[in-house]
Amino acid sequence: MKKLLLALALVPVLAVFSAQASEDGYRLDHAPIDPKDLLSLQSGARTFVNYCLNCHGAQFMRYNRLTDLGLTEAEIRDNLLFTDAKVGDTMKVALQAKDGKAMFGVAPPDLSVVARARGADWIYTYLRTFYRDPATPSGWNNAVFPTVAMPHVLWTLQGERAYGPAPKGESKEAGKAEEGGHGGEQEMQWTQLTPGSQNEVQYDTTVRDLVNFLVYMGEPSAVNRKRLGVVVLFALGILFIFAYALKKEYWKDVH
Amino acid sequence: MNEKKINKTRRNLIAATAVVGGAAGAAVAVPFAWSWWPSERAKAAGAPVEADIAGIAPGEMKIVEWRGKPVWIMRRTKEMLESVAKDDGKVSDPKSEVDQQPEYAKNEYRSIKPEFLVLVGICTHLGCSPQPKAADDKGEMGSDWSGGFLCPCHGSKFDLAGRVFKGSPAPINLEVPPYTYLSDGRLLIGDDKKGA
Amino acid sequence: MASRLMALWDWFDARMPTVAEEYRKHMAEYYAPKNFNFWYFFGALSILVLAIQIVSGIFLTMNYKPDAALAFGSVEYIMRDVPGGWIIRYIHSTGASAFFVVVYLHMFRGLLYGSFKQPRELVWIFGVLIYLTLMAEAFFGYLLPWGQMSYWGAQVIVNLFGTIPFIGPDLSLWIRGDYVVGDATLNRFFAMHVIAIPLVLLGLVAAHILALHDVGSNNPDGVEIKKHKGPDGHPLDGIPFHPYYTVKDLAGAVVFLAVFCAVLFFLPEMGGYFLEYNNFNPADPLKTPPHIAPVWYFTPYYSILRAVPPLFNSQFPGVMAMGIATLILFFLPWLDRSPVKSIRYRGVLYKSALAIFVVTFLVLGYLGTEPVTVWGQAGAWLGHADRATVAARILSLIYFAFFFLMPWYTSIDKTKPVPERVTM
Repeated sequence: MKKLLLALALVPVLAVFSAQASEDGYRLDHAPIDPKDLLSLQSGARTFVNYCLNCHGAQFMRYNRLTDLGLTEAEIRDNLLFTDAKVGDTMKVALQAKDGKAMFGVAPPDLSVVARARGADWIYTYLRTFYRDPATPSGWNNAVFPTVAMPHVLWTLQGERAYGPAPKGESKEAGKAEEGGHGGEQEMQWTQLTPGSQNEVQYDTTVRDLVNFLVYMGEPSAVNRKRLGVVVLFALGILFIFAYALKKEYWKDVH
Repeated sequence: MNEKKINKTRRNLIAATAVVGGAAGAAVAVPFAWSWWPSERAKAAGAPVEADIAGIAPGEMKIVEWRGKPVWIMRRTKEMLESVAKDDGKVSDPKSEVDQQPEYAKNEYRSIKPEFLVLVGICTHLGCSPQPKAADDKGEMGSDWSGGFLCPCHGSKFDLAGRVFKGSPAPINLEVPPYTYLSDGRLLIGDDKKGA
Repeated sequence: MASRLMALWDWFDARMPTVAEEYRKHMAEYYAPKNFNFWYFFGALSILVLAIQIVSGIFLTMNYKPDAALAFGSVEYIMRDVPGGWIIRYIHSTGASAFFVVVYLHMFRGLLYGSFKQPRELVWIFGVLIYLTLMAEAFFGYLLPWGQMSYWGAQVIVNLFGTIPFIGPDLSLWIRGDYVVGDATLNRFFAMHVIAIPLVLLGLVAAHILALHDVGSNNPDGVEIKKHKGPDGHPLDGIPFHPYYTVKDLAGAVVFLAVFCAVLFFLPEMGGYFLEYNNFNPADPLKTPPHIAPVWYFTPYYSILRAVPPLFNSQFPGVMAMGIATLILFFLPWLDRSPVKSIRYRGVLYKSALAIFVVTFLVLGYLGTEPVTVWGQAGAWLGHADRATVAARILSLIYFAFFFLMPWYTSIDKTKPVPERVTM
């Protein structure tokens, strides 16, 4: 009876750790981020401020919080602050929501907590699966987020790619690109149309660093939280020793 | 006899658990009490303010806002500085004994450089904002007026170093905020050390 | 010094003897059975979590803004800009789920040992009232972060009230205070969550404990310890709650807090079950999420609601089924016809029924977190219906059968003889 109950208690735990996939279709790559890698985070911050902050905002993220990444306020001001904002201000975007809506059909969402809403793997895969599509208003489409309104902002780094059905019999990079998850359907392949300034490894690293930064930005106190957690659990362990000893001492009386 | 030993063990164990538990309880209280300190938003809003002083003409005053308060920056002329010495006998606290200014403003002119006076423009009586009154405004201020400030609410008077005149309702000199020179033409109000 | 303190106490005690009397009545001289086991921690832990939620909740209200335009931002403000704010937020979000874990285990203890049976029916009734009030508290609280799941979850639940015949639409309008869930709704839900319901909860908890103490606690053997008293008038199998159970509950609380803190510091989102991913998107009245599900602790009932198809062009039968699924709990003391309290002495019928009920509740709960397509479609023989819907329907029937068939299977069940004294 007890064993059954214990086994049942594990079911929800297993559910928690099941793999994530996008809603249907494109299999997500695992984002190889290291939240303690300050250089990666700094690189990601730079990419974010240079490429993303023009259209997207991060209204809950203060510039001066970036000292978490090992930067001084002067370094932040000189390298990451391009508007007349002060270093204590938040990363608001210049683009008004209604202008964004007019330009793209939908206002670019604020990215402060996007990593908590979408997940690191989703964003990592998303930023690496844009492809040329003449049928869309922007000329770009995305394998993870079909008909997304966002153009491929990082295209100068990755270059232009096409995504389409592989000729029967051969398939480049077949393993990564199975659609639908039903198997036996059309296999897709990626083709590089024009090169970017970065090769595949460099671009993956750039995106990895950007995702690392977005994850950090979603919860700046994450590293702190885990450190504190170790201390708290240790302290509770000590407290338990005393509490349990006290219980045992009193319960000697009970037979 | 055994019972006494048991009781001692029990008492010591209770004490030890109480101490550890109390420490844990105090530790839990810390983040809650900590949350009452000013938030990052409050600190950003109260952050030091930079002021451009190169554009102030001699004898003129510029007002900037810092932590919701008006801060005066007055560029004093040689005559204004001379009149400060003359007012020594007429003010309540000529040597700025009362702690209304940082160490570097505890001098004859109550400023880092004599040329620029920096004051929080709030009367130390009941909080109104005094008006500057020039030396030649003797009609309103009296024949021995050599320049300074008059508070319109209850008539307190301050000299050109912000020191309160005897007989004013206000008890102490105007406050000098912490400030520093970023360059000859730029002040940072609200911070002594140069911002990192 | 000690005698000074004693003198001070005597002064106080002479003027308010109630304090010492109540302490004796409910702690030092409340004789509880000596054979309490693991399942008996969860009542005290419920009180602990209630206290945790109240304290963390108070500190959240110091910085939270109950305004549709500001709410989401104020939560992020707490997480980032308020010193230590993230700890307080995670305490409250972890505590909300912990509350239901603890309460469900506490209720399960009642099912195991027949704690709801005579003379403790009223204790059980107060308990079910606490459970329903807790669900209301969680529902009101969940709107406050003003994320996508907050908004649409509230929209769906309020619309359920709209299915009630005749009064439904007006009732929904009255609850919302507007034509859609909006600022008016948020403000009143805030008031309900922060003060109205907590006061009700505190009152019900007091009633629950007082009703219990008036009749005395049950125990894993279901034996009434008051039947055998010693020469001093105390039950032979009883021990004073203080110090024995205060000290035991202290140790239990420390273990609970260790689990609680492990979650808080290392897994606060719990894979999206404690803090749902879509709730990190601000509420958007124009964008319905593809997949709306309530928080995990409501999902068994949500499953039952979804399992019932629209009948007579209304979803109201589903709402009724969901309502009955919760309200049936009140009748448990009268549905159970067994002469025996504890599962230890019950027959195979009740043991099987309870085990099946637990599995049913858990699977219904799981299904409620997923879209109905999660197990694919059945074959033509079932009209290509969603397998999960078929399963949910069968499981809902089993859920109701546990209660409605109980008078029958508990009266024919072959029970074992109950001992006179407790077994340790």
